[in-house]
Amino acid sequence: MLTFTIRRLILAIPTLLFISLVIFLLLQLAPGDPMAQVPLTVPPEVKEKMREALGLGEPLHIQYIKWLRQFFWVEPLNLLDTWFGTEFAWHWVPVDSSISESRLAVLAEEGRLRDTAEGQEYWSPELRVISWQTRSPVMEIVAQRIPQTLWVVGVAYIVGILIALPIGIYSAYRQYSWFDNAGTLVTMIGFSVPPFFSGVLVIVIFSVQLNWFPSIYDTTLVVDDWESFKRQINQMFLPVMVLALQITSQISRFMRASMLDNLNQDYVRTARAKGMRERVVVMTHVLRNSMIPVVTVIALGIPSIFGGAIITEQVFKVNGIGQLLITAIQANDLPMVQTLTFIFAVLIVLFNLIADVLYGILDPRIRYD
Amino acid sequence: MADGALPVLDVKDLKTVFQTRKGEVHAVNSVSFDVRPGELLGVVGESGSGKSVTMMSLIGLLPMPPAEVRDGEVLFDGKDLLKIDPNALRDVRGGDIGFIFQDPMTSLNPVFNVGFQIMEPLRKHMGMTKEKARNRAVELLELVGIPDAARRLKDYPHQFSGGMRQRVMIAIALACDPKVLIADEPTTALDVTIQAQILELVKDLREKLGMAIIWITHDLGVIAGIADRVMVMYGGQVVEQAPVKELFTNPQHPYTRALLKTIPNVHGEREAKLNVIEGQPPILGAPPAACPFRDRCEYRFERCDRENPYRRPIGHQHDVACFYEFEDKSAGDANAA
Repeated sequence: MLTFTIRRLILAIPTLLFISLVIFLLLQLAPGDPMAQVPLTVPPEVKEKMREALGLGEPLHIQYIKWLRQFFWVEPLNLLDTWFGTEFAWHWVPVDSSISESRLAVLAEEGRLRDTAEGQEYWSPELRVISWQTRSPVMEIVAQRIPQTLWVVGVAYIVGILIALPIGIYSAYRQYSWFDNAGTLVTMIGFSVPPFFSGVLVIVIFSVQLNWFPSIYDTTLVVDDWESFKRQINQMFLPVMVLALQITSQISRFMRASMLDNLNQDYVRTARAKGMRERVVVMTHVLRNSMIPVVTVIALGIPSIFGGAIITEQVFKVNGIGQLLITAIQANDLPMVQTLTFIFAVLIVLFNLIADVLYGILDPRIRYD
Repeated sequence: MADGALPVLDVKDLKTVFQTRKGEVHAVNSVSFDVRPGELLGVVGESGSGKSVTMMSLIGLLPMPPAEVRDGEVLFDGKDLLKIDPNALRDVRGGDIGFIFQDPMTSLNPVFNVGFQIMEPLRKHMGMTKEKARNRAVELLELVGIPDAARRLKDYPHQFSGGMRQRVMIAIALACDPKVLIADEPTTALDVTIQAQILELVKDLREKLGMAIIWITHDLGVIAGIADRVMVMYGGQVVEQAPVKELFTNPQHPYTRALLKTIPNVHGEREAKLNVIEGQPPILGAPPAACPFRDRCEYRFERCDRENPYRRPIGHQHDVACFYEFEDKSAGDANAA
């Protein structure tokens, strides 16, 4: 299993490099100009200079390699720096005319200036992946948005699974009972009603009519005491409900099908013939077998949590990752789109691997080595 | 064997019905039989004759619904198994009555090691601790002839061959020292050499442990080699019952005779065509009002259409459900002719 995991991890590297290249080329080939929103009064030569400042003047392969270096080398070092207060992502840069006298004086005072044979150099952080919209590092924006997404979409995922598993198990055990039929109806609704409809519907019912929950998610809310925690739960309620309905529908159907596959197996009869209680027969013998494909599906669904829920986030004004991606696409913010897409790709590759490993752990018949 | 002893399991007038979309199917119709301690009762019949359903009905192993045990008595250990509560029945199942199924490839749970699966009934019915149950499981695996038993407890079913898996199934069935072992075509899915090994093993275990065995099969060769007494089933009812020698030398039901004829003869000249019983066993939508075998019977006469023949005794432990009375007393002639 360990060798398998390591082999797969190593194999993931070329896969991800290829994916990054495809993403990069696709975005480069896509029409659109980051300067499109700059007012027409700005002269073309100034626009050209701005483009060069963004690094757009360089040939494609240089841009790609620079981005790779920034993403795989500078960003991780920056992460270490933020965690441990180190300065791994810093380097010496020759002083040129762009640095003002006063800045030099500050640098000298901080001890970040040195003399070499070629001239003066100063200690400066390396250039990170910068968002064209906000001019701040992409990863910092992502780090700001992740909590909202994880709170809303992540909680919805967990809630959805916790509801779905018992429903799936019981529906299968009592197939075609009124409970199963009701479950089928609800899941059909969950599958077929899109969140832009169910979202607005629950807002109309629970915010407008009943006034129980807010319709807009307040990102600035800081959870630091019981009161604010209650408010956080309160404002999460509607988006979580909308998303959990979808997730419950999918997972419960899957759980039900998987249980049904196993309930008629011969080993179930054996377990009964051994005199085991129905509870043990279903919850130990059948469930253990049925969980194998379900766990895989759950693991494969986790990257989509980080991808956010574009529509639901829009409906409830949650400024999470999904919302970030949509605005970045609209603004032609290539570094942002590229980074987000690539993060999704990494997560998908990673959770595919995790799903395979889980499969091997849960099913003794599968041996990877 | 143990001729005069009281039966350990006594089934009277058992009726089982399945509810299907097309109406009721009467799968077991007034089946009565008994087994005495240490006796090996063979149950023969073609697919669909109700052998397995009968045995599963005794012990509540049929899914209900669609199945329904409509009538009858199953006396075991002074209790009627059809009337006791589910908990008590569970204690009998896997405790006093062990089960072996046809397909060892699918009868074991693939995700638990065999040790767990053998120890489960031990811990439930005998209240053993983990330690004790493990020791007993090792004993059992040794008993059924699995080498290196202690180490193999940790192995999963897929690491065993078909024959070995059936041995594990037997070990599970024997775990709690059952008084009756019901074996539902336990060798059908195995190749002939393994089949012989399993037969030897069961014979051997019966000598050692002295339990009664009900052996369901459609293979008359197996029955001849192992059974003390044979019960022939057709259309959900018992058509003939006799001690094994008697049945093979003096079959009195046309169906039994036909079954015996289907065994290909290797001696003498090979026949151009294999003997078959033409037609299919009936699917009964109602309790049979006439002989279920009449459509395939060459001795049919008008009474067969009016009445379902009752079982009439014709010799020591020998009874037959047929109106026709054969004049000859040997089956040999049917075969030899």
